[in-house]
Amino acid sequence: MKVLVVVGMMLLSAQAFAFQAPQAPTPAGQAPPGQSEFIPVDQLPPSEQLPAAPLLIAAYAFAWLAVFFYVWTVWRRLNKVEADMRVFEKRHVRGNPR
Amino acid sequence: MKKFFVPLAALTAAMFAYAPIAIANAPYESTMLLIQKIFYFHVPSWMAMYAGIAVCGAASVVYLFKSRPAADRLAVAAAELIVLFGAIGLVTGPLWGRKAWGVWWQWDARLTMALLLELVFIAYLLVRAYGGPGSDKLAAAVGIFGTAVSPFVYVSVNIWRTVHPLNTVVPTLRAGMFGPFWFCSAAFLLLFTLLIMMRTQLASEQAMLDELYLAEDDDTV
Repeated sequence: MKVLVVVGMMLLSAQAFAFQAPQAPTPAGQAPPGQSEFIPVDQLPPSEQLPAAPLLIAAYAFAWLAVFFYVWTVWRRLNKVEADMRVFEKRHVRGNPR
Repeated sequence: MKKFFVPLAALTAAMFAYAPIAIANAPYESTMLLIQKIFYFHVPSWMAMYAGIAVCGAASVVYLFKSRPAADRLAVAAAELIVLFGAIGLVTGPLWGRKAWGVWWQWDARLTMALLLELVFIAYLLVRAYGGPGSDKLAAAVGIFGTAVSPFVYVSVNIWRTVHPLNTVVPTLRAGMFGPFWFCSAAFLLLFTLLIMMRTQLASEQAMLDELYLAEDDDTV
């Protein structure tokens, strides 16, 4: 009985996954044309062999790294200017401009 | 201005935290599938770049003809952000193109003109950094030139044949893509606003320090 429940759950989850997976569009009310030949995946054109996920992750990662790097450079420059101002103020409080 | 910074930063952070969920829930495009999702950061980065161009152009005109230092500080802050968001667009585009077109780069009108626009604003920053005295006015002229060129980059896909998608893809977005796209665009424009506030603050403090040192030199002479 337990085995049947487990198998049933696996079938259900596989079904749910199949519903989420993207599918190529077919015109409404028409069956897709029958496949005339099987092509091994390594013989597809290079653009179709490329996995999309690493490129997508690289794009988002670059955007974030660029923004964080820029914020860091502004923060560093701001700290330097504020440190220079403190040095300037200290010098003038002591009455020694040079 | 400062009192708006923290709430704006919190709102921007919350929007960017939710953005991946909105993008993941957006439907796949019928021919490009997963790789098309770069669109949700790629186009908003160009929108932020164009916001920077508008600010830099207007501020450069004010500085060139009215010589207001605040306008100059705003223009240089905007120019840095133009280069930042342009770089994001120029890197995410080829990553998308590698899968969608099979090539990293195509020397067609849109891509080449976008690269040249980026180079114009890199030139602006180089003039500011190494141009010596008076370079601020020259840089303002470069900023106006870059602003004048920018509409041609936008309409280039309508004028010349390119591999790049047409501008019509944005206004014709379907319901599932429309929401995440405009959500990400709003997040990028908020990020642009925050960064320009930060960078203008830095420019103001640098100007204040320069004035203090000049006043000190005048006192000692």
